[in-house]
Amino acid sequence: MNQQSDDLRELYRELILDHARSPRHFGRLEHATHQAAGINPLCGDKLRLYLQVDADNRIEDTSFEGTGCAISVASASLLTDTIIGQPVDKAEAYFESVTKRLTHGEPAELDQNLEKLRALDGVREFPSRVKCATLAWHALHSALNQQEEPATTE
Amino acid sequence: MTQAQAQLGASAEDWRKDFPILDQSVSGHALVYLDSAASAQQPQSVIDAVARYHQEDHANVHRGVHTLSHRATEAYEGARDKIRGFVNASSRTEIVLTSGTTESINLVAQSFCRPRVGPGDKVLITHLEHHANIVPWQLVCEQTGAELVVAPIDDDGQLEFEALRALLTDDVFILAMGHVSNALGTVNPVKEIIAEARQRDIPVLIDGAQGVPHMPIDVQDLDCDFYAFSGHKMFGPTGTGVLYARESLLDAMPPYQGGGDMILEVSFDGTIYNELPYKFEAGTPNISGVIGVGAAVDYLQSIGMERVATSEQVLHDYMVESLSEIDGMRLIGTAGNKTSVQSFLLDDIHSHDLGTILDHQGVAIRTGHHCAMPVMTRFGISGTARASVALYNNLDDVDRLVEALRKAQQIFA
Repeated sequence: MNQQSDDLRELYRELILDHARSPRHFGRLEHATHQAAGINPLCGDKLRLYLQVDADNRIEDTSFEGTGCAISVASASLLTDTIIGQPVDKAEAYFESVTKRLTHGEPAELDQNLEKLRALDGVREFPSRVKCATLAWHALHSALNQQEEPATTE
Repeated sequence: MTQAQAQLGASAEDWRKDFPILDQSVSGHALVYLDSAASAQQPQSVIDAVARYHQEDHANVHRGVHTLSHRATEAYEGARDKIRGFVNASSRTEIVLTSGTTESINLVAQSFCRPRVGPGDKVLITHLEHHANIVPWQLVCEQTGAELVVAPIDDDGQLEFEALRALLTDDVFILAMGHVSNALGTVNPVKEIIAEARQRDIPVLIDGAQGVPHMPIDVQDLDCDFYAFSGHKMFGPTGTGVLYARESLLDAMPPYQGGGDMILEVSFDGTIYNELPYKFEAGTPNISGVIGVGAAVDYLQSIGMERVATSEQVLHDYMVESLSEIDGMRLIGTAGNKTSVQSFLLDDIHSHDLGTILDHQGVAIRTGHHCAMPVMTRFGISGTARASVALYNNLDDVDRLVEALRKAQQIFA
């Protein structure tokens, strides 16, 4: 019983709830150079991620908009915090390590910038919610690779 | 004893014991299953009938001269007879067995509509439909140039009857609508609407997936042309469905799929199709599943659908009342005539989060768009939490739902 409650608290940590209630970088980015949609057909979550990449291949600005559960919104919000100011190839590497960590539970080494994302680790106890947590990251991957089809977690 | 308990009586408790799956713990709590609108559980008698078939009678149907094939055919065709009686079709030739409501509707769209409609024709549906009663018609419209027209609903999730009536014009080839909304629980006045359509010679298909498990169905009394439903929503196995259709219409329709069992004679010059209903049943069917549906019909008839309907209405009303008492509750779907289902939103908690938190307390509900995205769009939302009751639920289940929702509020406070 207590273990169960702990799992729930682990999933809905204060940091997650905070980002879900007050998502960072929320809204449309006017001068986006890259963008992609992420759709989770299971629950109807939809978001769009915007990137503004400068001449040095650095993510100068980023934002997202859309609707989703606490986990997907918090994950998107944390994503924007994480990749802003980072070089494109590093953001792509973040996509790899975060999705591996959440999907396969691989303890991919987290550079300091990713430490905050440990807050998402709770989803690993909730297989049906992993897709919520990875949705924005798949959208990031699509945006960086200029894919036209919306990213899905299916 | 509360008034609701008195009305419900002991019957629901007795029926509950017939469903072994309900006697288990989930996340350390006794399971509360409130997702029967997605798929209903099976009574022991259905499980036994399917197992017995596999253990004793399995063979292909309609083919062999040997004993097992004969037994399998008897059981399979016996189930068709039970289904015929259950919905009061006038003949077994009017009961086409399919893989589910979805296939039943696609069959009508492709075999009845597609050869007969073209530009200038309209296919009329409603804003309440499940995707299975939208997309097959969109496909037909794309294929033929016909136009898809959608009858509106009001803020309570009820059909706007007068608007629908005005849309029943001479250029409407078919009206396809649900009996009970899977997303909102609205019970549509299908009999009145069918009568209106009949006056204008417009055929009507009723999607009865959410009707059959909850109320007595008499297709002759309804006077519909097609009535589609699924086995797994009426306590039978998945992968089973029924299309009731008027014999005169089936006679005039070409086969839906070609293959074994639907033919009388095949040569490379041509094929003579089998008689009804086999013309529409190509390939080896879901024999055990259909036998299971037959057993589900026996089970429901042993209780009586009137009793099921009365008991479920008490549960439904208690659920609506209990949910309404929670602060921050927004009920989606507040029609005057509703059954079995309540969709809702709680505070600003996303339904997916509610689903997870409830599951952790052993309470199973459905979350999301319920395969009815246009309904969600109508209410300006992306999804809801949906609790749905069936004959085996009791008042405690509803109380546990409320308790679990209050816990979700604490977590998100």
